[in-house]
Amino acid sequence: MEIIGFILISIGILFNLFGCIGLIRLPDVYNRLQSATKCVTLGTCSILLGVLFFCGFAGAGIRALIAIPLLFFSATVAAHALVKGAYIFGIKLGDKSIKDDYKDVEKN
Amino acid sequence: MINYLNILLYVQIALCVFCLYRIIRGPSIADRMVGIDIFGILVVGICAILTITTKRSFILDIGIAWIILSFIGTLTLAKYLSGKKLNE
Amino acid sequence: MKHIVLFITALIFWLLLTFNLTTANIIVGIVAALVTSFIFGRYFTTSISKLLQPQRYFWFFAYLIIFIWECLKANIEVAYLVLHPAMPIKPGIVKIKTDLKTDIAKTTLANSITMTPGTITVDIIDDYIYVHWIYISTDNPEEYSQKVSGRFEKYIKKIFE
Repeated sequence: MEIIGFILISIGILFNLFGCIGLIRLPDVYNRLQSATKCVTLGTCSILLGVLFFCGFAGAGIRALIAIPLLFFSATVAAHALVKGAYIFGIKLGDKSIKDDYKDVEKN
Repeated sequence: MINYLNILLYVQIALCVFCLYRIIRGPSIADRMVGIDIFGILVVGICAILTITTKRSFILDIGIAWIILSFIGTLTLAKYLSGKKLNE
Repeated sequence: MKHIVLFITALIFWLLLTFNLTTANIIVGIVAALVTSFIFGRYFTTSISKLLQPQRYFWFFAYLIIFIWECLKANIEVAYLVLHPAMPIKPGIVKIKTDLKTDIAKTTLANSITMTPGTITVDIIDDYIYVHWIYISTDNPEEYSQKVSGRFEKYIKKIFE
């Protein structure tokens, strides 16, 4: 049981590492948010699942199980709000981007 | 096993440096806000690993509270970015 | 009716979070759940009758499995894009039409699109969803609608409508 938990935590930290590398390397805000939010959220969910395997169905394990959907929904909504806020603030898409359908839409 | 977990904990703390780099160097305000958002999620991971190494389950409660606080903080920052007041 | 459902949900959540069954704990939980349901009851889900149909739960679990699988697959894809030395990305914002009608179904679809790595929902206006995509592989609107939202839409229609 502890071995499975340990492997899950290791995978989670590996995904966190990928997300953070993306945060450094990618060219503009939107791409950074893409890589960072999702890789890091999934990695942290994996770590919490590992905690569930370590502690069993009592005390800390149940709390980790509750924290997973909470983290999932809050990170999603936060990413969505940040993207929309950044677009309305007037930050341009990067040089590499090839398409922008949202440009002509009336924003409110 | 606990020793290996401690090593993983140090790796996770080292990842926060990446976020700090983005917060300090970010060319625009939005970059800094992305850094702050990710920093909040990484701290939850640190809390989760500390729960196992110290065997005290109240640390995970701090993690859950941190999720909600960082969510509200990010929403407030995003609202500021889109140029609205907080009660709109 | 809405208030009662929210009360039960909040009480179960409290009992799971504290995880002990002493009398004092249960009384505190009941009081807290009462206050919560009294204040936030009117914001809860719009139709109670849909909550009581068992086949919706079955489709929900099927959807969960598909969703986790897609999430893992796409996550590895993004990790490959990030680690590749040349970073072969083609980002852009595309417009996608959806057939879903109710608000909660649209919200779920938008959340699923955001959580699948490579795509973020920027905005929903009427029937159209604006999606920021890190690697636009085709130019044909129908084809990328199918790629981004087609795999989730039929399940969400069965769950929420």
